[in-house]
Amino acid sequence: MVLHARHLKIKRFNPEKDTKPWWGEYDVEVQPTDRVLDALHEVKWHHDGSLTLRRSCAHGICGSDAMRINGHNALACKVLVKEYKGTITIEPLLGFKVLKDLIVDMDPFFAKYRSVMPYFVNDEAPPERERLQLPEQRDRFDDTTKCILCAACTTSCPVFWSDTEYVGPAAIVQAHRFIFDSRDQGKEQRLEILNEKSGVWKCRTIFNCTEACPRGIEVTRAIGEVKQELLLRRF
Amino acid sequence: MIHTIDALVVGAGGAGLYAALELSKRGVPVAVLSKMYPTRSHTGTAQGGICAALGNLEEDHWEWHMFDTIKGGDYLVDQDAAEILAREAITTIYELEHMGLPFNRTPDGRLDQRFFGGHTRPDPQDPAKRIPVHRACYAADRTGHMILQTLYQQCIKHAVNFYNEFHVLDLIVKDGVCAGVVAVEVRTGELHRFHAKAVLFATGGFGKIFSVTSNAHSLTGDGVAIAYRRGVPMMDMEFFQFHPTGIYQKGILLSEAARSEGAYLVNGKGERFMERYAPQLKELAPRDMISRSIVQEIRAGRGGDGKDYVFLDVRHLGKAVIDAKLPDIMDFVRVYMSRDPLTDLIPIEPTAHYAMGGIPTDNDARVILDSQRTPLHGFYAAGECACVSVHGANRLGTNSLVDILVFGRRAGIDMARYCADRDGVGWTELPAHPEDDTRGAITRIVNGQGGENAGNIRKQMQTEMTQKCGVFRGKDDLRSARDTISELKERYDRLSIQDKSKGFNTDLLEAMELGWLLDIAETTVLGALAREESRGGHAREDFPKRDDAHWLKHTLAYHTEDGVVLQYKPVTITTYEPQERKY
Ligand SMILES: Cc1cc2nc3c(=O)[nH]c(=O)nc-3n(C[C@H](O)[C@H](O)[C@H](O)COP(=O)(O)OP(=O)(O)OC[C@H]3O[C@@H](n4cnc5c(N)ncnc54)[C@H](O)[C@@H]3O)c2cc1C
Ligand code: FES
Repeated sequence: MVLHARHLKIKRFNPEKDTKPWWGEYDVEVQPTDRVLDALHEVKWHHDGSLTLRRSCAHGICGSDAMRINGHNALACKVLVKEYKGTITIEPLLGFKVLKDLIVDMDPFFAKYRSVMPYFVNDEAPPERERLQLPEQRDRFDDTTKCILCAACTTSCPVFWSDTEYVGPAAIVQAHRFIFDSRDQGKEQRLEILNEKSGVWKCRTIFNCTEACPRGIEVTRAIGEVKQELLLRRF
Repeated sequence: MIHTIDALVVGAGGAGLYAALELSKRGVPVAVLSKMYPTRSHTGTAQGGICAALGNLEEDHWEWHMFDTIKGGDYLVDQDAAEILAREAITTIYELEHMGLPFNRTPDGRLDQRFFGGHTRPDPQDPAKRIPVHRACYAADRTGHMILQTLYQQCIKHAVNFYNEFHVLDLIVKDGVCAGVVAVEVRTGELHRFHAKAVLFATGGFGKIFSVTSNAHSLTGDGVAIAYRRGVPMMDMEFFQFHPTGIYQKGILLSEAARSEGAYLVNGKGERFMERYAPQLKELAPRDMISRSIVQEIRAGRGGDGKDYVFLDVRHLGKAVIDAKLPDIMDFVRVYMSRDPLTDLIPIEPTAHYAMGGIPTDNDARVILDSQRTPLHGFYAAGECACVSVHGANRLGTNSLVDILVFGRRAGIDMARYCADRDGVGWTELPAHPEDDTRGAITRIVNGQGGENAGNIRKQMQTEMTQKCGVFRGKDDLRSARDTISELKERYDRLSIQDKSKGFNTDLLEAMELGWLLDIAETTVLGALAREESRGGHAREDFPKRDDAHWLKHTLAYHTEDGVVLQYKPVTITTYEPQERKY
């Protein structure tokens, strides 16, 4: 096992002690194939136990550890140390209140998620067995079912930074997943919600969200499809 | 702060959410407490599938599913529970579909099904032989993700009340009746008291006792250990499943779904070695057998590149199958191994994956305290933290997702009944100062001056467990592991932490979790040392045969003032007499 020394620069802030954020600098020994999350744990477990972050699965599925790494949003568990040259700079996500170190307040994020009716709607009595859905109908919304609600997209969006009213890409992705599901009947209501001032029309097609998505979802395209659907409705 | 709510669900994975839905549909006031946001729960990482004998692709019956479950569990399964699992799997799948879960489909629009290890049907040519059956419903290789999302969405729809980032630290029991929990609000550090009629623990597994594991950092066995310290035994702890295909050294899971779709396991000489160990099912044999075969290949000098791994080979599956059915796990290979699965072999080793053991319950998820099935009234457990036991000595792939949902639902239904029954009796009074023990434990850790570091203790425990209580176990190793764990427990009492703040003190909470893990490691090692036979996931080098005459029984480990005490409980056998287990 070959260990390499790496330098981490982490934005720290503990509201119980600090009046403003400061930079903590740490030298850790890690393997090049380690995740950035492993390096953060090395700091926490062996240098400074007060470093605070959220994490769970450690392989890019639970969506806990989105953060800014060298200026780009990523899941700390889904990028390897060797992908970065020199100092690795780590900051909390932008656009939400920092509660402590790398932890931001996710409540507003989940409130936006909840606002788009992110659940299956079909009030007809279900059949005894499954409702039928052809593979091509299922494929229609496959991409947006991958979302893990990590907020990497929403917090990379310049529109969202300047206007927190905007429901944001993640919530639209969630709405898309149902709008294009052939079994769902809540489409009209969801489109109504996304047609409002805070909805899809705020999107300026900047593509930051697509770039930031650790699940490879074509977020901007999904937003475009919702816009298209709204335009079609006008005729 | 004090809260009074009829039904409390601790844990927001598949088991907890299903229970909460049932409770809320029945109009029972319910709150879900979770140490993480619900969608972070480990259910979301389940990849391969969820079995039910729908028979969409070929003939299948729940009885066959039940039989496979019992045989897969090496006959330590309680057969009445396995029957419930196999029957209710079918209704559960349809319910999930009706909730909108986007399962993969057959060309005519029905639910598609794939093979999974140990799931079989009689061979029409030779009914004495069993061949793989298409039984696992799936959503690509993110089945758990879709289950977790769908259930959470439905909870939102049904206005279930969530307390997110509330970490439960204690169970309140008064005169043999469960009366609530104590939890810390992670954000503020404030202790909350939840007074309830019924409490469900659905807190998941505890793979973090091992160093190489597919399990999340959060899987620290909180519920199991908290209950244990309040007098509830831990059941069948020596049975831990090592999944054959973990990414070498990282432990990240590459689902059995890869082998369901036709992937091979090959050794350093390029041989498909499973042909020798399980001639009929080969790569689709149950996990315990494959993991042992891998270790045997490595020990015989046939590891890949002369090292301590073998290979998963998916190259022949082609890009179309990989993209459509295994996108996530192939992404893991690219990201974490910098290899291209279309052209490279993938080094894998067994990874600690699933706890067959846990909190003993009956078939309605009610916690029981002994072999007489004495209940702890008002206390329920479901999901991976519970031991019903439907998995016996070894769980079959896809059966955990079935388990968490079937028994999560049964928990919700019975809790609703219990809460209604309690209306006549009234609420159990709380003890005078239910938070005192928790406050004391916190103060000890925060003020600890002993200088021991939790990170070091955790690492040593994990290494010891993986090396000495892994796929194969022997008396000397287990004794040495026992001594190490007890030494680590002493060091744990001299812990110091650096973070003294109240809000988001994860330094403190990780230290609490480590304390629970040490309890769990201890009962695991002691159960393994006592059980002088090999059965399912528990393989003793010094006792290589199953011994039904002495060991066809469940282990119960109790926490007492004199240390751990082991007792035993009979296995329920209704239909299938134990036979030799061959595949
Ligand atoms: C990588 C991987 C792949 C898998 N694939 C499959 C598969 O294909 N098929 C299959 O059947 N099984 C699979 N399994 C197993 C299966 O996913 C798990 O056994 C199952 O999801 C566990 O669900 P659960 O509801 O019991 O717990 P979890 O989903 O683990 O949820 C536990 C919950 O408890 C909460 N919690 C824990 N402690 C506390 C506390 N102290 N206070 C408050 N809240 C707490 C957590 O926040 C979380 O919400 C897989 C497992 C892994 C690791
Ligand atoms: S820890 Fe789960 S996504 Fe990174």
